[in-house]
Amino acid sequence: MLTAQWLYGLTGCLIVALGLRTALLHASLLHRLVAVNVMGAGVFLALIAVAYRGPETPPDPVPHALVLTGIVVAVSATALALALARRLNAEQAND
Amino acid sequence: MSTTSLLILDGLLLISMVSLAWAALTSSDERRCVILFMAFGLVLALAWARLLAPDVALAEAAIGAGLSGGLLLTAVRERPQSAPTGRTDSVDNRHGSRMGLTLHWVVTTLSAALAVTLAWALGHAFSRGPQDSLAQAVSANLAASGVGNPVTAVLLNFRAYDTLLELAVLLTALLGIFALGRARPGYLAAGPVFDGLARWLVPVLILAAGYLLWVGAHAPGGAFQAGATLAAAGVVLRLAGRPDIGLPHGIALRIAMAAGVGIFLLVGLGLLLLGRPFLGYPPAWAGALILMIESAAMVAIAATLMLAFLGGRPESFGLQAVHEGPAAPPVVVPRSEAPEAMSRAEFETPEARDRFTKEENRC
Repeated sequence: MLTAQWLYGLTGCLIVALGLRTALLHASLLHRLVAVNVMGAGVFLALIAVAYRGPETPPDPVPHALVLTGIVVAVSATALALALARRLNAEQAND
Repeated sequence: MSTTSLLILDGLLLISMVSLAWAALTSSDERRCVILFMAFGLVLALAWARLLAPDVALAEAAIGAGLSGGLLLTAVRERPQSAPTGRTDSVDNRHGSRMGLTLHWVVTTLSAALAVTLAWALGHAFSRGPQDSLAQAVSANLAASGVGNPVTAVLLNFRAYDTLLELAVLLTALLGIFALGRARPGYLAAGPVFDGLARWLVPVLILAAGYLLWVGAHAPGGAFQAGATLAAAGVVLRLAGRPDIGLPHGIALRIAMAAGVGIFLLVGLGLLLLGRPFLGYPPAWAGALILMIESAAMVAIAATLMLAFLGGRPESFGLQAVHEGPAAPPVVVPRSEAPEAMSRAEFETPEARDRFTKEENRC
């Protein structure tokens, strides 16, 4: 068990909670979307902390691959959400 | 580096990460929120590098901070100015202040409870120590995987199935974006400074993408980072106001979009025909097959991210002519009226905005 693992892992948990709170409470869609992205970053941080094995040992590559996949899926979900928001704005401007 | 200096670095990284996340999430201005989020992503990339995850650091810097930030900033710029400025407490106004306050506290408490639960779960993961079998299985089979970078081996060989489905997720998201409307009109031609920068930057980005793709076999890099770098070249061209950002037209565009999933499936099915398991590469061919799949995946990822930046179906996709009226021409304003080309939105004039709204409503 390493100090760095704990430091980064606990920070990841804190960032997930911060993101969740804003995603639920904020009225602006864009802030909510950023908040969901921040939540994802917190999860990634926790995963990479689990993979870390100290400065000399090579880290576990499996969580790294999971996080890489997660980053790409997160950006595609963000792009889709922004397209939905853009259409929503256009529909509201139409009314 | 000594333990103390590492600890100081950790402290600085973590404090800036948490404060940037907090500042982004509590800022009342959307543009500031996005810019702080991008800064947060860059600090996060430094943290990945610190935790010996250079593959993830590259992807985070290129995709998490760069392209996500670009997408969000474009969306901020496009929003009507009359949109309600969101504040953290704006939900309260909707429900009356007392219920709003209760809701506020309930959500805060539940979020804190989630953080504690996660921390407890992490404690379990840490106490298991490093003797887990997956990391050992990866290092034991790395020689047979055809590549020397363990992360690439997991992504493209051991868990190739996941990456195939991930590329399918990208394609699905893109089809969703296409279904929601057409691409934004292009930007104005940039001034000489940004245009000169683009001339230098685009070839360098293309070269870097090729390098990242090739080097991913044995060092940090790979299709995702390469695809994102290639997409960044397209975004730079787009911001410089070029009408053509390097995307193919018509059927070639569709092939580029589907290339990742297509080649992946062809390889998998071909191996099935040869009596191998689905995506179970023979060790002798594994390196070549992985390079082929990664090249196709890079093209697909770059095309997807560029198209996502356009925000909808481009004219070159070839559907508009059948179902809709003529596509919106790029908004052109004489150069003399607009000296700062880079910061101009596509809605430079009220007519442009009206035209865009009309086009959009027709969809």
